[in-house]
Amino acid sequence: MSRLAGLFAALKEQRRKALIPYVVAGDPSPSGTVNLLHRLVAAGADILEIGVPFSDPMAEGLVIQLGHERALANGMTLRGVLDIVTEFRRDNAETPVVMMGYANPIERFGYQGFAKASADAGVDGLITVDLPPEEVALFDEALLEASIDNILLISPTTSIDRIKTIIARARGFIYCVAVKGVTGSGLLDVDDVAQRLSVIRGLTDLPLAVGFGIKDADSAKRVAVVADAVVVGSALIDEMVRRSQSQVGLEEIQIHGAAVQLLARIRAGVDSSHS
Amino acid sequence: MTVEVTPELFASVPDAHGRFGQFGGKFVAETLMSALADLESLYASLKSDPAFLEEFDRDLAHYVGRPSPLYEAARLSNQIGGARIFLKREDLNHTGAHKVNNTIGQALLAKYMGKKRVIAETGAGQHGVASATVAARLGLECHVFMGEEDIRRQSLNVYRMKLLGAEVVPVTSGSRTLKDAMNEAMRDWVTNVDSTFYIIGTVAGPHPYPMLVRDFQSVIGREARAQSLSQTGRLPDALVACVGGGSNAIGLFHPFLQDAEVEMFGVEAGGKGLETGQHAAPLSVGSPGVLHGNRTYLMQDDDGQILETHSVSAGLDYPGVGPEHAWLKDIGRVKYVAANDEETLAAFHRLTRTEGIMPALETAHALAHAEKLAAEMNPEQHIIVNLSGRGDKDILTVAALEGIEV
Repeated sequence: MSRLAGLFAALKEQRRKALIPYVVAGDPSPSGTVNLLHRLVAAGADILEIGVPFSDPMAEGLVIQLGHERALANGMTLRGVLDIVTEFRRDNAETPVVMMGYANPIERFGYQGFAKASADAGVDGLITVDLPPEEVALFDEALLEASIDNILLISPTTSIDRIKTIIARARGFIYCVAVKGVTGSGLLDVDDVAQRLSVIRGLTDLPLAVGFGIKDADSAKRVAVVADAVVVGSALIDEMVRRSQSQVGLEEIQIHGAAVQLLARIRAGVDSSHS
Repeated sequence: MTVEVTPELFASVPDAHGRFGQFGGKFVAETLMSALADLESLYASLKSDPAFLEEFDRDLAHYVGRPSPLYEAARLSNQIGGARIFLKREDLNHTGAHKVNNTIGQALLAKYMGKKRVIAETGAGQHGVASATVAARLGLECHVFMGEEDIRRQSLNVYRMKLLGAEVVPVTSGSRTLKDAMNEAMRDWVTNVDSTFYIIGTVAGPHPYPMLVRDFQSVIGREARAQSLSQTGRLPDALVACVGGGSNAIGLFHPFLQDAEVEMFGVEAGGKGLETGQHAAPLSVGSPGVLHGNRTYLMQDDDGQILETHSVSAGLDYPGVGPEHAWLKDIGRVKYVAANDEETLAAFHRLTRTEGIMPALETAHALAHAEKLAAEMNPEQHIIVNLSGRGDKDILTVAALEGIEV
């Protein structure tokens, strides 16, 4: 069983929901990312979602865009992200790692080579924002061969027919985008999310993760009532940016601390969802 | 690439997936897929609908002022020597460039879809002005995304858009030019997809945009073909157009693609020279990749990050190009070349002084190549240059480059 399948099976047994933090590899610095990942796990992350920086991150709101810009300014590359996963895996063999990014760096790397390199590094899943089912076939073949789950997104605008097409191709879990908009959008309507999740659940047994618009323990708790997993990204990065701007000369470990503390609070929120 | 170039080939693209060979497609976030499908099916039904086509043609005639003249630049031709040079005068269109052909068409689509809000990206500001213009005419709310760097370079067009009632949204991310404006427009579209029609200004973006922008702009080539036949009794020997995203070029080229005897040249922005890396010439020196919803030639580094571009003209300052151009390059039907900033400025001045026609700096790239081409041809031959836009917007840029305070 894959790490992702094993994790969701175990959580189901424990009647717990998965918490998935997103951070950008190389932000605020390349050397600190592995340590940040370990601390996020310690604070309650079940799955790690690592953003692969891209020069033109079209689906990201400003907070994550700036994270991508900082990471690229720090020299982060797709190969560099794989190195980070490799290093993380030396001390953690259990926590599933999902990479989220855009098609072009992967195209440049080469589908086959990238799928193999990802498997070697210990990556479990891939989310490629601009490879919808219509465009992902070739890459998906390579991922399947490397036993990596290609994780597809379903959005509020996805029709029932498309949901069926997406489900037929999906592995690992399904990433349900909570709002029409970019990452970090503000207007989360949990009733609306709940209603769409129940439609999707009628069509698949795959776990359903919800992301976009979840920014604190309360919104995470409300989403966790209806979802199998909760994704938090912009809020963590925003917290680190605020901490780094609050005081001159902070150590990176202190900046990371801001995200770690917020994640711990969100963990408590998620865990209170079934009580 | 071993593709047999037949007349049928050009009618076969894009295919049902929006592909031109390996290029094109729909590389967008899931949220936009349904909007693209809606647009695709609406356009499929309208493109052969007589009422829609009649409305489009009527607007082109009475609002834009078409057909635009095909003018023989005799003094320029004499000065260069060689082939006769004809100019397809898109600069005489309402708003001063070819861009309005497309915005008229897309605004009609927005009207048929019942959208009350339109958005657009712009580089030089010509597409922004053309979008703001049609929005004013139809009473639509209009937001134009424009890189901060371009806002500085094209202040006249910025004010024009504001006068037309549009909101100009400065884009401060990335390189602060056209590609970043397009990113930001896509982000707005994802957020407001129910209420908003995205008027893309060039033959790039996800399917069906490259196809429908091409179709709307093809009026340029259809007219030029008929005008060439009536004025010279034959088809031109060569066509020349500048290529940023490539909408004026595809508009001129497309109706001639099946005429094997007509050579075609797309002229990219060579900037400070291809060897310097400071240019915007993905077809000349780029490689295939995925950006802004389609697979095409891109300026990118070894890690697949998109590179910043340089051009004296904001409208060509784009690291990608329409997917049909990428395909036309690979099958060898169109030759893509580059003109650098210096040659472009010289061509700008030459046309202005010899013909009393001030071209846009974008257009001057095409003129720079046409001059070289004409010089190697004979007087029995003739070439058509797409005079895609007028140069009023560039007067301050030219003055600044020459150290003159206006």
